[in-house]
Amino acid sequence: MLASPVLVPPPAPPAMHIPDGFLSVAVSITFWVLSVIVVGYALKRVNQDLGERQVPMMGVLAACIFAGQMLNFSVAGGTSGHLLGAAIATILLGPWAAVLVLTCVVGVQALIFQDGGLLALGANIFNMGIVGVAVSYFVYRTIQKLAGGQSWSVLVGGFAAGWTSIFIAALACALQLALSGTSPANVAVPAMGGIHALIGAGEGLITVGALAFLYATRRDLFQARQARPVGGSAVWIAGLAIALALAVASPLASSHPDGLEWVAEQKGFLDVAHKPLFEIIPDYAFPGVSNGTLATILAGILGALIVFGVAFAVAYTRRNRQPVPTDH
Amino acid sequence: MHIHFLDPYRPRPSLIHRLDPRVKFALTLAFILAVALTPLGAWPVYILLFSIVLSVEILSELGVSDVLKRSTLALPFALAALPMLFTVKGLPLLTIGPLTVTQAGLERFAGIAAKSWISAQMAIVLASSTPFPDLLLAMRAFKIPRLLVAILGLMWRYLFVMADEALRLMRARQARSGQPAASAARVGGSIAWRARVTGGMAGNLVLRSFERADRIYAAMASRGYDGEVRAFPLPHITRGQQSILALGLGLLTLLVLGGFLFWG
Amino acid sequence: MHHTIEVEHLSYSYPDGHPALRDVSLTIAPCEKVALVGPNGAGKSTLMLHLNGILRGQGHVRVCGLEVGDGNLGKVRAAVGLVFQDPDDQLFSPTVFDDVAFGPLYQGLTEAEVRARVDQALEAVHMRDYAARVSHHLSVGEKKRIAIATVLSMQPEILALDEPTAGLDPRARRGFINLLRELPQTMLVSTHDMRLVAELLPRTVVMDDGRVVADGPTEAILNDPALLEAHGLEKP
Repeated sequence: MLASPVLVPPPAPPAMHIPDGFLSVAVSITFWVLSVIVVGYALKRVNQDLGERQVPMMGVLAACIFAGQMLNFSVAGGTSGHLLGAAIATILLGPWAAVLVLTCVVGVQALIFQDGGLLALGANIFNMGIVGVAVSYFVYRTIQKLAGGQSWSVLVGGFAAGWTSIFIAALACALQLALSGTSPANVAVPAMGGIHALIGAGEGLITVGALAFLYATRRDLFQARQARPVGGSAVWIAGLAIALALAVASPLASSHPDGLEWVAEQKGFLDVAHKPLFEIIPDYAFPGVSNGTLATILAGILGALIVFGVAFAVAYTRRNRQPVPTDH
Repeated sequence: MHIHFLDPYRPRPSLIHRLDPRVKFALTLAFILAVALTPLGAWPVYILLFSIVLSVEILSELGVSDVLKRSTLALPFALAALPMLFTVKGLPLLTIGPLTVTQAGLERFAGIAAKSWISAQMAIVLASSTPFPDLLLAMRAFKIPRLLVAILGLMWRYLFVMADEALRLMRARQARSGQPAASAARVGGSIAWRARVTGGMAGNLVLRSFERADRIYAAMASRGYDGEVRAFPLPHITRGQQSILALGLGLLTLLVLGGFLFWG
Repeated sequence: MHHTIEVEHLSYSYPDGHPALRDVSLTIAPCEKVALVGPNGAGKSTLMLHLNGILRGQGHVRVCGLEVGDGNLGKVRAAVGLVFQDPDDQLFSPTVFDDVAFGPLYQGLTEAEVRARVDQALEAVHMRDYAARVSHHLSVGEKKRIAIATVLSMQPEILALDEPTAGLDPRARRGFINLLRELPQTMLVSTHDMRLVAELLPRTVVMDDGRVVADGPTEAILNDPALLEAHGLEKP
């Protein structure tokens, strides 16, 4: 008999779709407002940029992403990876259309399959449809520019966009939980960040696999898409800003869960600058989790950021080394 | 092979099924909002809200146990709130090793779990008692932009087509995932290889999507599509349905106010 | 001048350079039922897509006296009902009613008129009770009938069908052939189903490699073994 993936509704990446009850009303409504504004703008932009084909194209790709979340592969340890699709959608359709596509996917997951709550939908759309897309766009365009448009940049950029979109979206999710008082930041951030740093690799690999396939079979799709920078610099800046804000705020929040009091702590923080790195992080850890464990988790996040930085650096030096025949 | 399981709609001759989808949509959202607004610790209000949703489940003839079973899908997320048991300051109740469960922590955790569980049930009833095209109508009534509704409609329509294709791809992969009879070698290939194969399948799906979208566009253009989304004007809501809506909203408002007055 | 298809020296190449139609000329008179046969890749589907302007090549295509080009597309698409090979491509709306109503809605008719058209179209394909159904639950045979209804509601003068009996089991196929027999419109049917051709379509056009290689009474063509063999066809 077939294995179980057939018999249950397609699950989403674990713990990214927040159900109702876990976010405070204030946080829920705030993110609803933010999402409505951005999605509203995306609707306007899509009307301008894409032609008549936009509706069937977005609809079917949304269906594809939804169905694609059924595809899985087993990662060591028994957990399986799933596809979020923000990176693929952004790379193939541009950021504004991708926002709409992801909004529809996340919306129907919530409404029909209760994958994520209805009040929390604003936040979920924000994390997956807006943060995921903006960050994917920023990463992908940056790598493309750095590589001067060479073909391998599609694959490197795809992986990086896939990984980052998942990781940063998870950080956003963790911070929302922390803001709501549901989960202390020093647990939520490392937990969400850690798990999704792993899952993000899966997303990256699948994104690359898909892009490679498309690049080999339908290069015309790529040429058509890359010709126009559909997003523009505003999206690029937004993506950079979001990624930075979350990547910086999260470790800070996780080591200073008392929120506003972190300013006071920071003064004391700087005074102990001469001590080794992991001892600088003050002991606000969750009782039972030693400083060492917390440091390990934070190191994992830092390590991932370093790998990412290296990918950028490689992209930059390779561009300088080879002359650039743009291929057809 | 056809994937019917993906569609949660179950036709029944019930009162709930017969309600105007706009009314159902509005009341579901209002209910979830009411649950969210109810202060933690207002247990009587929770009990009332739970009884409301149970009644709706019974009225809908969907089978209370089925709905309850489906509502447990949200449970794993409760792990995210688990730390609250230990970190919220209050009267210590139970000590496990270095961790101490506090009463306040337990109350908050239970409150969140209850909210989540009750909200999920009402959403399940909505999805199971309303055909998707009716939900699209409700969305239009709620002023969700026509372009978005059109995308949702197409997504829903082709979700099953794409899922069928994804299933075929997965079956093909499974058919090729044999295990040699006597082999000490690690089976299944490396993670990277497996991910590449899966990525190739994903790429296949995406390619089929693009080709399908082109054909759909040709079909739409052949029937006069000009890029603008058009639809019939919405039907009139009867007085009866309007009163049901008013009653429901009134009841929920009372509950929330009661919650605030006595436990806020 | 009305109710005809006139194709004059039509040539078309796909964007990748592959020539799909080479100097195709064809006329179809009112109420004619014509079969379009030939091996895969002969250009049959490509030709059909030119009839309502989805594809544009060099040469002339006139439909019901209207030149197929910018400005006329609305009328042309109302006059030529194109039924695609895969009904899933054609049934893209949430419900059957929405799909059948799509054409008349975009023709600018009032709500009452649209409803009347939907009724008539579903009646013509004997599927009146299916209006509220959701497309993905239907069988292939049912979908193909609804697909015809979606163009019938526009009240076209010509029906162009691409592989109508492909994928149907014998019973559904029989029902479908009976349905086609009842429809009064001029018909151009692209098909591999030679028994359908023999039964229903008195005239046959044979295409191969982008050209029209034969055009005449079906009986004559089906009784020419050399011709059939040369173009990968089999006598039913």
